[in-house]
Amino acid sequence: MPPLRGKLEAVWTWLDDRLGLAPIGELARKKKVPVHRHTLWYYLGGMTLFLFMVQVGTGILLLIYYRPSAEEAYESIQFLMAEVQFGWLVRSIHHWAANLMIVALFLHLFSVLLLKAYAKPRELTWLSGFVLFALSLTFGFTGYLLPWNELAYFATRVGTQIIAVVPVVGESMLRVLRGGDDVTGATLTRFYAVHVAILPAIAMVMLGLHLYLVQRHGMSTPRSVEQSSGAKRSMPFFPNFFLRDLVGWLTALAVLAALAAFMPAHLGEKADPFASAPAGIKPEWYFMFMFQTLKYLPAHILVFEGEVVGILAFGIGGVFLALIPFVDRRASRGEASPLITWIGLGIIAFIIVLTILGYAANPTA
Amino acid sequence: MTHPPRSGPPTRRTFLDWLLSRTLTTWILSTSAGGLIVAVFYPVARYVVPPPSAESAASSVTLPFTPADIEPNSAKVFKFGNQPGILVRTPTGELRAFSAACTHLGCIVQHRPDLGHLWCACHNGHFDLNGINIQGPPPRPLEAFTVNVRGDQIVVSRGT
Repeated sequence: MPPLRGKLEAVWTWLDDRLGLAPIGELARKKKVPVHRHTLWYYLGGMTLFLFMVQVGTGILLLIYYRPSAEEAYESIQFLMAEVQFGWLVRSIHHWAANLMIVALFLHLFSVLLLKAYAKPRELTWLSGFVLFALSLTFGFTGYLLPWNELAYFATRVGTQIIAVVPVVGESMLRVLRGGDDVTGATLTRFYAVHVAILPAIAMVMLGLHLYLVQRHGMSTPRSVEQSSGAKRSMPFFPNFFLRDLVGWLTALAVLAALAAFMPAHLGEKADPFASAPAGIKPEWYFMFMFQTLKYLPAHILVFEGEVVGILAFGIGGVFLALIPFVDRRASRGEASPLITWIGLGIIAFIIVLTILGYAANPTA
Repeated sequence: MTHPPRSGPPTRRTFLDWLLSRTLTTWILSTSAGGLIVAVFYPVARYVVPPPSAESAASSVTLPFTPADIEPNSAKVFKFGNQPGILVRTPTGELRAFSAACTHLGCIVQHRPDLGHLWCACHNGHFDLNGINIQGPPPRPLEAFTVNVRGDQIVVSRGT
């Protein structure tokens, strides 16, 4: 036995005696990933996790220079972009990894939806994943305001105003959310606390639960694959699947570096609470379909205000999506559920079409 | 340390049954636990609710520009306390003022000389020069203010 290997094994044994690592090693050796024509979708969760880790790392770096106040936030980012060595790179990677993470998350969510991987016994895996999805959108919404530029200011004015449609308590919730009646420096410090402390803490717990459940139940095999004849193939998680994961992560890192270098994050104009909203105001792309839908709704639908109807419809849609494992009893019984497939495809088509319309529409027409 | 052998098969409910059979114990435990939760969460809940900001006492403001600064068929945004207002000069030369917060989702409206009326860039809402919502999603007219010109000063006030 080479001396280095002997030393490493001695370290492992020392740690194992104290921490009880053997079951983890055993798990890594035994874990298998099914191989079939849908295996590609299995990589999206890991891809989202990788991009989340990039966000944690770059986010911590940004904290070193960022100043959370209406007077200094914009200037601190200006300083970061112009003066700090690689400041532009860290911020641009944070910006792009956030966007790519949402892309990976959308693909992960809809692939799991269409493959019915939420079916029994994975209902809680879906729910914890859905919570992580909601957290990620909140991360995006709160992080968008932090540079305190014009676009972010108005996106936040509109985005927070939406909560006021909640009956009875809406106005109070709006005040708590904004830290006052308007979007001000008080809103900025609130969003900052949520973005850098509250959301990461909740996300860590949810991520732990989600990953534990994924380990506990293993990868879900789609019904079509389970029912097909022929030998069921699989590959060991470690190292075969893990190395493929790594290839994906390295590719993502290269894409991130290229995007950050060729399309660095913009800063725009500093927010001015007493200037008109500029033409072409728009939210982050992943909120675009909702934003565009609100534009099409008339001022009144029956006796209700159009926006109230639209926002409530999105709320109900979100709850429906969260509870889909409990709605889709057929999938839990191992039967086909084409209706859910069609609903899923309908949601995807709706999101894509309205997003395209949102970007194609002439902002001044 | 050795434990005496239990009599009968141990059941999962034993401890709970034992606890629930002691009404005084459960009463003390649940009220003190409840008290602890309230003692922690009540201050936290009150903490996150922002203190009331001093209500903008000003029911009227004198604008930082003169009537000569504003051309016909144009507008300027001004501060009305801590709210944005918009002062419009109509093509006929009349001055009118409104709250600049769009009644849809609160964006700040602007004057579009090409359309000759007020427009909100956020969701494409249109208001005419009386502040009436004429197109798009805004559900209500803009709040109208009263404009008085005293020599070089423009005074905008709320109400009549």
